[in-house]
Amino acid sequence: MCEAGPRGRMLEVEDLYTEFKIDQGIVHAVNGISYAVDEREIVGMVGESGCGKTVSQLSVMQLIRRPGRIAGGKVWFEGVNLLEYRPNSPEMRAIRGGKISMIFQEPMTSLNPTLTIGRQITESLELHLGMNKKEARARAIELLDQVGIPSAASRLDDYPHQFSGGMRQRVMIAIGVACEPKMVIADEPTTALDCTTQAQLLELMLATIDRCQGALVLVTHNLGVVARYAQRLYIMYAGKIVEEGRCRDIFYRPSHPYTIGLLNSVPRLDEAKGKRLVPIWGTPPNLIDPPARCAFYPRCPERTERCRVEPWPELKPVEGEGHLVRCYMREGGRGA
Amino acid sequence: MSDVSEQVFVDQSGPDQVPYGRPLDAEVARPVSEWRRFLRIFFQRKLVVFGVAVLVVLVVVAIFAPWIATHDPYRNDMSKALRSPSSEHWLGTDSLGRDTFSRLVYGARTALIVGFGTVAVASVVGMILGLLAGFLGGWVNAIIMRVMDALMGFPMLVLALLLAAVLGAGIHNVIIALSIATLPAYTRLMCGETLSVKENEYIMAQRAMGAKSLRTMVKHILPNAFQPTLVLVTSMLGNVILAEAGLSFLGIGIKPPGVAWGSMTADGYRFLEAHPQLSFAPALCIMVVVFAFNMVGDGLRDALDPKLRGVL
Amino acid sequence: MVTYIVRRLLMGILVIFLMSLIVFFSVRLLPGDPVLIFVAQQQTGAQVTQEQLEKLRVEYGLDKPVPIQYLNWAKGVITGDLGKSIMYRDDVGQLLRDRFPVTLYLGLVSVAISTIFGIVFGLLAAIRRGTWIDSVVTFLSYIGLTIPVFLLGILLIYVFGLKLRWLPIAGYTAPWDNYWLSVKQSIMPIICLAVAPLAMTARQMRSSVLEVNNMDYVRTAWSKGLKEKVVVFRHVLKNSLLPVVTMLGISVGLIFGGSVIIENLFAIPGVGRLLVGAVFGQDYVVIQGGTLVIATIIVIVNLIVDISYGWLDPRIRYE
Repeated sequence: MCEAGPRGRMLEVEDLYTEFKIDQGIVHAVNGISYAVDEREIVGMVGESGCGKTVSQLSVMQLIRRPGRIAGGKVWFEGVNLLEYRPNSPEMRAIRGGKISMIFQEPMTSLNPTLTIGRQITESLELHLGMNKKEARARAIELLDQVGIPSAASRLDDYPHQFSGGMRQRVMIAIGVACEPKMVIADEPTTALDCTTQAQLLELMLATIDRCQGALVLVTHNLGVVARYAQRLYIMYAGKIVEEGRCRDIFYRPSHPYTIGLLNSVPRLDEAKGKRLVPIWGTPPNLIDPPARCAFYPRCPERTERCRVEPWPELKPVEGEGHLVRCYMREGGRGA
Repeated sequence: MSDVSEQVFVDQSGPDQVPYGRPLDAEVARPVSEWRRFLRIFFQRKLVVFGVAVLVVLVVVAIFAPWIATHDPYRNDMSKALRSPSSEHWLGTDSLGRDTFSRLVYGARTALIVGFGTVAVASVVGMILGLLAGFLGGWVNAIIMRVMDALMGFPMLVLALLLAAVLGAGIHNVIIALSIATLPAYTRLMCGETLSVKENEYIMAQRAMGAKSLRTMVKHILPNAFQPTLVLVTSMLGNVILAEAGLSFLGIGIKPPGVAWGSMTADGYRFLEAHPQLSFAPALCIMVVVFAFNMVGDGLRDALDPKLRGVL
Repeated sequence: MVTYIVRRLLMGILVIFLMSLIVFFSVRLLPGDPVLIFVAQQQTGAQVTQEQLEKLRVEYGLDKPVPIQYLNWAKGVITGDLGKSIMYRDDVGQLLRDRFPVTLYLGLVSVAISTIFGIVFGLLAAIRRGTWIDSVVTFLSYIGLTIPVFLLGILLIYVFGLKLRWLPIAGYTAPWDNYWLSVKQSIMPIICLAVAPLAMTARQMRSSVLEVNNMDYVRTAWSKGLKEKVVVFRHVLKNSLLPVVTMLGISVGLIFGGSVIIENLFAIPGVGRLLVGAVFGQDYVVIQGGTLVIATIIVIVNLIVDISYGWLDPRIRYE
């Protein structure tokens, strides 16, 4: 066992704020979120595009670039607050790619078009595991083999454009698990692919991460994806976590009106046929200098006067282990 | 499982179901005025403001040259040759006794006439050629565009030199020479615009309905091509003035007694050590004006089409 | 890759052919009868008879129809015979062979300087975006693209030639004749020639690095924990060089254009000076020969650029 954060978890994010300064004002992309990930755990991070889920993950890796900045909070990883390291310090770089790695969503653009895929895998191995060129090459072939790229040895010197989208994402997975990280962050890893490849690649990714005994943070807008694999879920809206808990609690007892809306808008296999899918009205909120109240208020079917005048509610426990929700309508037990 | 995000925003609820939340009117974002956005971005950079100020001054000076000039810029007076700057001759006199300041004032006219004349001729001719190349396609396109490639192959000043040699000196000939030298940029732009509009389906539909094709094309292309052309024209103005100055400096551009900053610089060069202002004053004028045009061009490009950044 | 090169090569030949047409036919529009000008330039004072004029016409092939004249000229050009200068009564090929090394020497040094420093400054400005380095590079590149080449020349001559008297204000010596004198004489011309392409390259490099910096694969590179140096040199540099390499042809064009002015200002016996002299002397044979050779060089440079593009970008290599 490694050292852990204040509450004994492998990764603990505490009250993280990330903002972007643009011409029109300050975008509060991540607005005070806290979450935790245990060893070998699969955690889902769910929300619409632009709700800050990707930015929160980039903040953990300290990959936020101008005009963005991390405005506050702590990221405890194995007992150390990563935000105390400068973004490009040797300590932070050792974590990045070595202990925590990231798999990005666009396989078509996330690989460097002018480097062979072999080089793009071996550079991590050489850096973090201190391998020499020959060892790194051998390991890269092994990795490509694991992610199911046929005749891996001969494809090592090919360039990304010679691979299909699905194949490229396999390469991305190989890069992600190359150094056997403690935690992999997969940001919409399958969104850009077609449906049949999606499922296949998810299984592959989970198996590969399982083999190297890592944890996985699965960032997605697709509740269906996480339902099957994640142990715990965090539902994000407008830069805040609005509901968190065990996967099955959230699926069977969704509590926040937004979560309910999300679940009503995707088809489910466990419900009677003929049930209509119900969309959520309106558009995601503007995150530039938002009002202090609940950001879901304009779209919420259960809103009351209290929601309009009072600031965001706190996360309060509801039925289920570790099941928290940020809604006035759910205070004092589960509502309607 | 398909995308949630796409489904979320589509109203599929039937009459028997209450829509899940309705947006409040107050929360609907107010659209920002295009024009105000343009002005804000355009005047964002101080150098653009400086450029606009210089150009306003330049235009005023060129229009009101006879009132601003303190002396007759053409009158020789050998008794007053090569005077140093004084209260009477602010920038001294040249080797023929002509007042340098007044000649600078009149030089602004030449610079503006050549600049605007050239972009006017080149843009009109270039756009017509580009339209034809894009519209007719096939071998017409091939011929026009390959000739443009050939014209682009020459360094601008070398081509202008060749054409100026053919046409002879004089302000009209300089305009023609520089127009030919800068033609390809407009033709390429217009050809590209035409081809992209031609690809558009709504044009196809209109043609299918029997609208006159060339007229339809022009009607759709011109609004599309307006902004990039405006950016191109502004950034070309500086280049054209710079090239004219180069030709005049070599003595191939504006004929005496016409006043051009380039030839003033060359004339003054012989007296560089004793009367440096004779060369430096007109050359600095060229530089400031070209700088101003480039700044305004950049400002326009950023405000109208940030995608063009680094392309033009 | 081979078909790519062959296609570029054929295109280049076509463009050179069109350029030769442009040069030849625009020169035929020269005002005045070249033979009469030639006679006037001899200043022999003797009366020239109609017969002698005819003889000269035949000698220069001017009695034939223009297309035939073009074919004759083109035949000559391909075999290396660019015709006989009217002004210098000398072989144009020989004249160009004498002058080109001078222009090429100054030009090559300028291209090297402008490309290397342009890339370095542009890269520095981009990776230190928003700092004083960026502001200085950006401002200087604006100035460099704006300053008339003759103003820069005169300024340098005034300061270093006339006031400080450190450098000679004119003349040219080949480096292999007198190295030290050659260096002193060519410093100012080379600075003048290099400034505009340097500014342009720096600007292009800056915007291209900024663009590549926003690419997903650069974020991937950062996420691997690589050092900034490695990210910049391994992942950003090669990709952002692609558009900059394209500028090489334009740089060479700018330098040829600049050398026309600079060679006159510094009294350097190169092609630029030869051309301007020929324009004044209406020596059409020299003008068409000189411009064609310059144009050909630029086409060749662009061809090399296209081929190296294929080498830099694997997507083109494997097409």
